[in-house]
Amino acid sequence: MKYLIQGGELANGSKVDLMIDKGVIVEVGSNLSVDGAETIDATGMKVLPGLVDLHTHLREPGREDSETVLTGSKAAIAGGFTAISAMANTTPVADTAGVVEQVFRLGQEAGLCDVFPVGAVTQGLAGEQLAEIGAMANSAAKVRIFSDDGKCVFDPLIMRRALEYVKTFNGIIAQHAQEPRLTVDAQMNEGIISSELGLKGWPAIAEEAIIARDILLAEHVGSRLHICHLTTAGGVDLVRWAKSRGVNVTAEVTPHHLLLTDEMVVGYDAVYKVNPPLRTLKDVDALRTGLADGTIDIVATDHAPHPSEDKDCEWQAAAFGMLGLETALSVVVKTMVETKLMGWEDLVDRMSITPAKIAGYLNHGQEFKPGAVANLIIVDPSAKKRVDRNKMASKSRNTPYHDMELPAQVTHTFFNGKLVHSLEGITE
Amino acid sequence: MKNHLLSINDLSREEAISLLTTARELGKVSEGGHKKLPTLRGRAVVNLFFEDSTRTRISFESAAKRLSADVINFSAKGSSVSKGESLKDTAQTLQAMGADAVVIRHSASGAAQRLADSGWISASVINAGDGTHEHPTQALLDAFTIGERFGIDDFNFAGLEIGIVGDILHSRVARSNVLLLKKLGAKVTLIAPPTLLPVGVENWGVDVSYDFDATLPRLDVAMMLRIQSERMNDSFFPSAREYSRGFGLDLSRLHSIKKDGIVMHPGPMNRGLEISADSADSMQSVVLAQVTNGVLVRMAVLYHLLAGAVN
Repeated sequence: MKYLIQGGELANGSKVDLMIDKGVIVEVGSNLSVDGAETIDATGMKVLPGLVDLHTHLREPGREDSETVLTGSKAAIAGGFTAISAMANTTPVADTAGVVEQVFRLGQEAGLCDVFPVGAVTQGLAGEQLAEIGAMANSAAKVRIFSDDGKCVFDPLIMRRALEYVKTFNGIIAQHAQEPRLTVDAQMNEGIISSELGLKGWPAIAEEAIIARDILLAEHVGSRLHICHLTTAGGVDLVRWAKSRGVNVTAEVTPHHLLLTDEMVVGYDAVYKVNPPLRTLKDVDALRTGLADGTIDIVATDHAPHPSEDKDCEWQAAAFGMLGLETALSVVVKTMVETKLMGWEDLVDRMSITPAKIAGYLNHGQEFKPGAVANLIIVDPSAKKRVDRNKMASKSRNTPYHDMELPAQVTHTFFNGKLVHSLEGITE
Repeated sequence: MKNHLLSINDLSREEAISLLTTARELGKVSEGGHKKLPTLRGRAVVNLFFEDSTRTRISFESAAKRLSADVINFSAKGSSVSKGESLKDTAQTLQAMGADAVVIRHSASGAAQRLADSGWISASVINAGDGTHEHPTQALLDAFTIGERFGIDDFNFAGLEIGIVGDILHSRVARSNVLLLKKLGAKVTLIAPPTLLPVGVENWGVDVSYDFDATLPRLDVAMMLRIQSERMNDSFFPSAREYSRGFGLDLSRLHSIKKDGIVMHPGPMNRGLEISADSADSMQSVVLAQVTNGVLVRMAVLYHLLAGAVN
């Protein structure tokens, strides 16, 4: 199918027509002739490279009741993502070539976006023995990001070895920074609210202590470190310091940590229960500043689907995590663009170009020029939509934004030149 | 008053005083020989206990029965966090059985509020202790007892200094008491080692002391908290003996308390740890009055929540 996207605006504001044919962009210019293509009027719309998520939980294999690779892919394209990274904490854990290849193959079968598996750092995420990192890197899935996400690689020696080992193939260790002894049974951010609510606190220091240690380890062994879901002002300072020293560290922030605070926990609604926890307004401000000035390199969703029975219960019994794929762009527009902290070019950098670069996803986050693979989205920047948890593409409903009005809407998603998502429905 | 009693924050100062006054009147009626009142005849009160607490359960049971309510005891111990019977299923069962009030005790903070807010149930919910959050009826009975002992009929506690001693961090009793005693005008001082004080306690509007001996002579009330056995081996303090030496109310400390000062404990006591047997059984101890008053205060709460709805 051949498409002509007419009159859209690039991130930098310039107007352009794009012709897509046989999976790639074939022409970029103005007043392109229709030439038998299906036309899409993008007047007043933004045309952007497809978004890239480095932190997605798809739950397959093992918890197909909350999400599958297929339903997660549907959620991804509805949110404008053309590449997602499936975290390793499935059942069984993605710690062997067999499991990562299975997830990779399921992603290809779904065919809606690229699903790149993340491999576990340690066997069973137990933090004791390295998983077969080389085998996963050399598998059909060509894994480059390794993470025990959900758990911290807490043993400094194991972390050191992992950082060293992935240098073989320019891999990266994505650390879930959570000192386990300081967070035994922790339920929410440790602070005024946790004391009032009688919920066990999760101190910022538990995150920052690991970030500091791993920055020093990465510097010492000269490897690449990626910090998952940064949440604290102190963590932003540490990453800024590391970058000023020239340490090869990158960091991500989730949309929910850019918008929500621990005040949401008052009322004990477990939809706000998430790991790492929602922090304070001061932290939110520091995260926004850090994302704007580039200290934090990217936005990643930490999309974490859970069935309702795991949320519709007392706080302590509930699972950690919230949905993110379908609302990420809107939340970033609300927190960063509407506040004038960033423009659309910065947004594209943090949500597409840089994550693709960190992970080495070659066909994503690319400039629009003839021959480039057509992974792109059309966004209505002036749209307002009310989030409805009952109308999510995800199999789960645990969005913290239910009934909230959010700006901007993805109207079309192209994956490998194929229109995989459109608000009007797909006819292809 | 709202439909539920989940936290002391649910009560205005006036509502709290009104509850305490009702409790006193109920006490007078019962002293006058009317042990049982017909007020809640035909109403069903469910004691939903996910955590063992015989004394709180029988106190609520006795309160409900003295108001002629039907009492159903539902012990769901062990199913709180395990995936057996969920709070939701239990609540829906009680709703189907037509409960008018649910008295809930649960190991998870916020469980009472979850039950009240979820829409699973229309009954009034009374928090009988949720995790390390609150235990509002305990605070009410403590305030009642203080008013009674000091002869303060209007429950205006201005001029009283009340020390709460021990494991503030994990204590729902301390949280509810801080909120209520401040509402009633008392000065509250928390006395504990730093490991047993919550982060942010400086925002609670109370004094904090690490030195029991220095604080004790000014206290009108020494409220001793129970040290749970599971804290013993978790490095909150080096040993039970060291804790007891620093923060236990032994006989010599009892002597340095004000002449008309009183000693309180929510029970059950660890005699010889946070309180010595001598202190527990002393003239200054009001531990048994607390138990008696617990029934009156819980009658008042049930009365305000349920009889109000009838009229």
